[in-house]
Amino acid sequence: MSERVFRVWRGSGDGGGLAEYRVEVNEGEVVLDVLHRLQATQTPDLAVRWNCKAGKCGSCSVEINGHPRLSCMTRMSVFEPDEVVTVTPMRTFPVVRDLVCDVSYNYQKAREIPSFAPDPAKKPGDFRMQQVDVERMQEFRKCIECFLCNNVCHVIRDHEENKEHFSGPRYLMRVAELEMHPEDTADRRLIAQDEFGMGYCNITKCCSEVCPEGIRITDNALIPLKERVADRKYDPLVWLGSKIGRRPKDTPPVPNVGRYSNRT
Amino acid sequence: MSPTDSTRLPTSRARIPQRTLRTDRWWLGPILTTLGLATFVIYATLRVFQQDHYWVQEHHYLTPFYSPCIALQCDPDAALLGRLPVEFPPLFPYALVSLPILLLFRLTCYYYRKAYYRSIWQAPTACAVREPHRTYTGETRPLMLGQNGHRYFFYAAFVITGINTWDMLIAFFHGTDGGFGIGLGNVIMLVNVIMLWGYTLSCHSCRHVFGGRLNSFGRNPVRYWMWSRISTLNHRHMLFGWFSIATLMITDAYIALIASGTIDDLRILN
Amino acid sequence: MPPTTQPEITRHEYDVVVIGAGGAGLRAAIAAREQGKRTAVISKSLFGKAHTVMAEGGAAAALGNANADDEWRVHFRDTIRGGKFLNDPRMAELHAREAPERILELEYWGALFDRTADGRISQRNFGGHEYPRLAHVGDRTGLEMIRTLQQRVVALQQADAAELGDPEARIRVFAETAITRLITEGGDGDAPGRIVGAFGYRRVDGGFVVFEAPAVVLATGGIGKAFRTTSNSWEYTGDGHALALRAGAGLINMEFVQFHPTGMVWPPSVKGILVTESVRGDGGVLRNADGERFMFNYVPDVFRSQYAETEEEADGWYDDPANHRRPPELLPRDEVARAINTEVKEGRGSPHGGVFLDVSSRLPAEEIRRRLPSMHHQFKELADVDITAEPMEVGPTCHYVMGGVRVDADTAASDVPGLFAAGEVAGGMHGSNRLGGNSLSDLLVFGRRAGMGAAAYLDGLGGRPDAGAVVDRAASEAAAEALRFLKQGDGENPYTLHAELQETMNDLVGIIRRGPEMERALERLDELAERSLMLSAPGDRVYNPGWHLALALPNMVLVSRAVTAAALERTESRGGHTRDDHPGMSPEWRRVSLEVRSDASDRVTLTRRPVADIPAELLGLFEHDELAKYLTKEELPETVAADEAAEEGQS
Repeated sequence: MSERVFRVWRGSGDGGGLAEYRVEVNEGEVVLDVLHRLQATQTPDLAVRWNCKAGKCGSCSVEINGHPRLSCMTRMSVFEPDEVVTVTPMRTFPVVRDLVCDVSYNYQKAREIPSFAPDPAKKPGDFRMQQVDVERMQEFRKCIECFLCNNVCHVIRDHEENKEHFSGPRYLMRVAELEMHPEDTADRRLIAQDEFGMGYCNITKCCSEVCPEGIRITDNALIPLKERVADRKYDPLVWLGSKIGRRPKDTPPVPNVGRYSNRT
Repeated sequence: MSPTDSTRLPTSRARIPQRTLRTDRWWLGPILTTLGLATFVIYATLRVFQQDHYWVQEHHYLTPFYSPCIALQCDPDAALLGRLPVEFPPLFPYALVSLPILLLFRLTCYYYRKAYYRSIWQAPTACAVREPHRTYTGETRPLMLGQNGHRYFFYAAFVITGINTWDMLIAFFHGTDGGFGIGLGNVIMLVNVIMLWGYTLSCHSCRHVFGGRLNSFGRNPVRYWMWSRISTLNHRHMLFGWFSIATLMITDAYIALIASGTIDDLRILN
Repeated sequence: MPPTTQPEITRHEYDVVVIGAGGAGLRAAIAAREQGKRTAVISKSLFGKAHTVMAEGGAAAALGNANADDEWRVHFRDTIRGGKFLNDPRMAELHAREAPERILELEYWGALFDRTADGRISQRNFGGHEYPRLAHVGDRTGLEMIRTLQQRVVALQQADAAELGDPEARIRVFAETAITRLITEGGDGDAPGRIVGAFGYRRVDGGFVVFEAPAVVLATGGIGKAFRTTSNSWEYTGDGHALALRAGAGLINMEFVQFHPTGMVWPPSVKGILVTESVRGDGGVLRNADGERFMFNYVPDVFRSQYAETEEEADGWYDDPANHRRPPELLPRDEVARAINTEVKEGRGSPHGGVFLDVSSRLPAEEIRRRLPSMHHQFKELADVDITAEPMEVGPTCHYVMGGVRVDADTAASDVPGLFAAGEVAGGMHGSNRLGGNSLSDLLVFGRRAGMGAAAYLDGLGGRPDAGAVVDRAASEAAAEALRFLKQGDGENPYTLHAELQETMNDLVGIIRRGPEMERALERLDELAERSLMLSAPGDRVYNPGWHLALALPNMVLVSRAVTAAALERTESRGGHTRDDHPGMSPEWRRVSLEVRSDASDRVTLTRRPVADIPAELLGLFEHDELAKYLTKEELPETVAADEAAEEGQS
């Protein structure tokens, strides 16, 4: 057992700042344990969002010493013995209180993506897919929706105005997943570029760096999607082919689901 | 949200004045990247404008910076694909066709884009560090759309890497006494070509073209096999990116030193 | 932010309100919406974070992909065996029959299960299941399921947006909202009133909400947070169980609490976090400090014939199940948990008070990382243990409550008109012990039935009852009650009270129970109940976790009372209920389910209800010898008839 200094951001959208606490830390604990101890012993109203405390639900996303991380998977032993631990809310989303953010941006973006569209002629039980067919998408479905990738992405982190036109790595990865599904019949390549902002991504890989599930978001989802978008939109040969052969049927944006805008 | 809803959701982010709260040396990566890229750019520029010391007649060593050599001034034996009937004015690279393609291949490469967007353009400098730009449009504007042409530069680079391979192979058959021989120059060229193939084949566009574009791997086992091999290489694309520019410089420098008579080639066999 | 003095209450009207957004809740909401009902889904956490994501191993369904001999009757038999014949037979039958359809439907909605060589859904072995039966995705099946259901809800919203112009026209998710009271109307001393609405609060801003709705589906999950060592998340505070009791419904089988045999035991901060049963299904073995595979010493008589007696035989089973009996590590969970408990108590435990679970010496490292990626990650990150190189330390952890709202098997309706329950909050399906993998399929099968049941109930009502005045009155009462904790400035710290409750339940009503200890527990619970009224939560209403805990504590105390009272009453040991002072399994008790009800002051009473008989044609699936171990003499079918039926059932 030892005593550590914790600096925790307290406040709301109206303002706030770092509050300093001295708190007991035991062997094997993670940052979330320490935040819970603060709640139980010093400040019962400290707002922290969490659920499973096992890195499976993706609720407890915060920034620890500036790094976007899950607080339940950040062991205290990664810090130097006398290091001050600073915990702040995610910067990209509006703050509700203390360490809790309003993440509704993400749910809005999820709703804008045309859903999985199997061939209507097929019924449940008709799918035959090989393990190698599903493996590529299974990597993306490991996503626990902690939204750390969307939080760290500079496109929206540093530019609020881009939120309306950019779905963030999490949902571009979802588009990639659907596009790679062997049983899917929709074609979201055009709207990936025009509606979901694939072009804003400059593949600087921060999403991959912060992913607690170790998903290779950029290499395996975003770049392949950029390549597919290039197939559809920017490759003159493919374009020529589509004029002669079968024309691509672009899936239109989902109507009436609204768009994200910063509520005022 | 439906009109009956009265949930009061916040609209502003937490106001944290610091650009970042990271305590590690996040600035180190971008600095090293800038230095690395600058070294290569400066070296390569000086060398291709030099119009000299690119060819070792005795062992048929041709530096990749001059391959294929197409100017009228090129040494006839060095011009694998023949020469243009024009003499290149000063500062015109002799490999006028291949160099711009290779430059664009690397410039549009998904790894190098990350590298220079971060370290030179500073968008973002490092993860979770506020970038210095007021607006950002990424690769959506016309000028940047060229990045989508990466696959064509890949096709061309594939051919050029083939030419480099040929250059490398020919040199093995010009030993000191004629016939087969091995010198340090051959070994360096061989390593360079391996790195060039590693870089070219691990390209993201290559991965897409050979299999990534398919939705069903189960029905395309051969392309799946190629895709999975390329994927393995692709994990190391960054590594190949740096190693290959290092071996390019080493190969070129070694050949230049021999061609200028500064040193002699170290012969291992004949 | 709303002032704490004047409760402002947002009002909503829906046809069906589903409380809980895990597997059962979402499946129920999808079913209700597909029947054309306007449906609200209430989620205590964010959408897609429900406890279902924690499920690892898989969803049991007799698809017959891995072994063509599998079919629903075999699944039914395994379920009844696992539950020690206390299951509601109709529920077990519906579950076994419908699970395959539900899994295939998930796949049709986009779920990506692991595949067999011929491209079908792959199935894995699990404790208590005769054949490989669990459709799975590595060891994160629950995540796949919740994500698929979540995306299905979104797909329906997109369809509504296209058709009606509003994505939330017919199905809307209220995230981070907790229900604290069900509102009923009418009813008298004997019969409970019918559901007219539900009241709750939004965690985000502390605002109050009231839903006027004639049908409510409870899908709130379990009660694990009443125990100290648990694999459950903070959400598992027994809300649905408590809401049902207070609305007048009965809970059955509450004494049966499943302790999963393998939870992490070290470091202390992660104690209780689940280690999936797939580790054992894929070859992992349990050893004590002496290196002995001790499970061979704990095969009970009723399972003797199905489990291997030597290590060679057990090891042969993984590759050739037809000619070998199963390894005893794959006994039902209650047996394994008790065995581990005994080993530790008798001094053969691991350094941190568990036993060793070893897969490192059984599979190549690459294979472990492929089959058990999240376990590998979990131990690496949280305990600095590389499971491909060294054994894990594991011990029992409170995991699941078999007990819950007594419901009609076909419609999931409770005794309270308009109140339905599905998933962990419903009782009966799993009897005295749930088999691994049966939970995820339970959620789908009965989630759907609850949604359809609620829709059918609405259709039967004719018109929508006008209960506006009742709902408003109840809502303002409930709001005042909820605000109380913010006002009593010098009351108790909810965190302290919660810790005491967990100690009490863990130590006195835990995995091994004794009469006198449980009597003591009841006394303590009485005291805790009183103190839970005097809690104080400093701060305001915006995302105030102390206040939220204070609101949940009375639920946990009430549910703990139900568990303890029922456990004290049942003087036998069976499944998830082990009495040190009554170690035997009694055929007489097998015929009885204990039903708990509560009064206005949260005091609980018990009544005995007969367990429904297994229909003769299904009883024929069991050998006479096996039945004789469970049933009373007069229940046993004629020997000859039984044998004939058994042959028929197996053909």
